[in-house]
Amino acid sequence: MGELNKTPDLSVTLAGVRLKNPVIPASGTFGYGREYAEFYDLNLLGAFAWKGTTAQPRDGNPPPRIAEAPAGMLNAIGLQNPGIDAVIREEVPRIARTFQGPVIANVGGFTVEEYAENCRKLEDVEQCAILEINISCPNVHAGGRNFGTDPKAAAEVTAAVRRVTRKPVFMKLTPNVADITEIARACADAGADGLCLINTLLGMRVDLNTRRPVLANRTGGLSGPAVFPVAVRMVWDVYEAVRLPIIGCGGVSRAEDVAEMMLAGASAVEIGAANLRDPYLCKRIVEALPDLCGRLGVERISDLTGAAHEQEANI
Amino acid sequence: MKASAFTLQRVRHLNADTVELTLSGDTSDIRAPGQFVNIALPGFFLRRPVSVCDWSDGTLTLLLRLAGAGTRQLAATPPGTALDVLSGLGNGFTPPGVPPERVILAGGGIGIAPLYGLAKALSRQGIRPVAALGFRDRAGLFYVDEFRAVCDTVLIATQDGSSGVRGQITDLLQQNVSRTYVYCCGPLPMLRAVYALPHLRGGQYSFEARMGCGFGACMGCSMPFRDGWRRICKDGPVFTREEIIWEN
Ligand SMILES: Cc1cc2nc3c(=O)[nH]c(=O)nc-3n(C[C@H](O)[C@H](O)[C@H](O)COP(=O)(O)OP(=O)(O)OC[C@H]3O[C@@H](n4cnc5c(N)ncnc54)[C@H](O)[C@@H]3O)c2cc1C
Ligand SMILES: Cc1cc2nc3c(=O)[nH]c(=O)nc-3n(C[C@H](O)[C@H](O)[C@H](O)COP(=O)(O)O)c2cc1C
Ligand code: FES
Repeated sequence: MGELNKTPDLSVTLAGVRLKNPVIPASGTFGYGREYAEFYDLNLLGAFAWKGTTAQPRDGNPPPRIAEAPAGMLNAIGLQNPGIDAVIREEVPRIARTFQGPVIANVGGFTVEEYAENCRKLEDVEQCAILEINISCPNVHAGGRNFGTDPKAAAEVTAAVRRVTRKPVFMKLTPNVADITEIARACADAGADGLCLINTLLGMRVDLNTRRPVLANRTGGLSGPAVFPVAVRMVWDVYEAVRLPIIGCGGVSRAEDVAEMMLAGASAVEIGAANLRDPYLCKRIVEALPDLCGRLGVERISDLTGAAHEQEANI
Repeated sequence: MKASAFTLQRVRHLNADTVELTLSGDTSDIRAPGQFVNIALPGFFLRRPVSVCDWSDGTLTLLLRLAGAGTRQLAATPPGTALDVLSGLGNGFTPPGVPPERVILAGGGIGIAPLYGLAKALSRQGIRPVAALGFRDRAGLFYVDEFRAVCDTVLIATQDGSSGVRGQITDLLQQNVSRTYVYCCGPLPMLRAVYALPHLRGGQYSFEARMGCGFGACMGCSMPFRDGWRRICKDGPVFTREEIIWEN
């Protein structure tokens, strides 16, 4: 152990899509990549997940949209994005100039039909290798319908998207449910190719001086290191419940967290809020992974996926 | 924009709740007054955005109001400490495009910080500007001598009249109606009150917002402007009068 002199193989596959490493900036914290291209060469990433994109352009929620939290932050952006048509027309060609790897297209929606229509439009966008269906944003109110907290609704969206695309469909799940495995199973049964979890945890802050909520939206989504153990637990549970590749997400802020998330069951890992504090973080993590694999005694990082479960079974 | 290692050189107390921080490090990303830096603080998840007050090769000057726990911790940091700073953020002020005698700088409280760098830049171009500075009271004054050194005239207003004119920044501007182009920085209510003055024809306003990243990636700081929602951190923090959509 720890004495491997071969360069470890960092590549992973997600439903047939090969990534050169498991590091993926998470949706909403990486825009469409442009800002980070000023900090480093995006091609060192496994992939990146673009901002949640809806059919219509959206302005999002009124300010303030951001609040600090112990070891994390709350956001209530409200899915501000230029709309799927503008993204395909303007952002996709721009992305191709700075990043040649696979893009994970995060898709938002307010009706089952909207999700399907957005995905249909992405069918011919070659660089979008995976569709990540966000049924879990806590900051927009879909007319009372919450797709991510109701197994039937989650299954309906999954099936509708499945019908219109040949691309792998990953459903992005919310942690704001009593039993995340129930939603995971519903998505699996409806034809999902994979799952991404978790989105943010619903939270809120109140200002002592104004005696008002800090966020104009009152509530927001908690993310950052504070949520890491919650995400690990949910990835663990979902790994036991369904046989689908999992993108683990929530609170990852160093290479060791990537490995821990993979041991719990993730095939790849998304990193969100931590990029906002340190825009170089994903680069640093990618660069730290070979050494970490050496220390952990793995030749292929993909061997970590779910390995904690096997060991438990062997006791 | 990039991350740079700065070293805190000096903390000078200007009054009860304002300090001047002198940092040494790579300032090459700073292109214009009105830009800001975003400082990571141990124990706090979000960085703290602070305007560039002044800069030269290797030296960065910031003015900091002790607002809450983060700014207090920063002000209490021992000189010699390394600071993790994202530098050269935002757009900054641009030249006025009107004759110098039309221009006035208007800053309220800690909002005077970026105007100092602007005044210095203008004076270097041979334009010694007029600055109108608003403070709570005499004890709250800071940086007035520094402004005097680079300005033609420095007008002061305090809420209680303990120094300069008793009243608001808007009173100072209304006493100078021939100066119709304003560079303005301060709290939102002040920006609004200045914007509403009928004699003003043009200007640049520096906005504040709660920020997630400070470099344009998260949409945390967006506010509505004439051509849609814009990011204060990347498209701003400085917006022209024409871009603002407040009703007059
Ligand atoms: C572009 C820009 C330039 C600024 N320039 C200066 C400057 O030159 N000097 C100076 O003293 N202050 C400046 N500020 C305000 C400064 O960022 C806040 O006072 C500071 O973040 C407060 O942190 P805290 O931990 O002390 O307060 P807390 O109230 O405990 O902060 C809690 C959270 O709210 C945020 N926050 C609180 N007040 C503000 C505010 N007014 N604007 C933005 N975020 C806020 C903090 O960053 C933090 O995330 C600027 C803000 C912006 C957006
Ligand atoms: C500012 C911000 C915006 C986000 N926007 C989206 C979004 O548009 N779509 C989405 O599926 N998730 C969004 N998320 C959730 C993240 O992708 C991620 O699931 C969550 O933040 C947990 O990971 P983290 O702790 O690493 O941030 C957003 C998170 C943040 C902090
Ligand atoms: S603070 Fe993130 S986009 Fe402005």
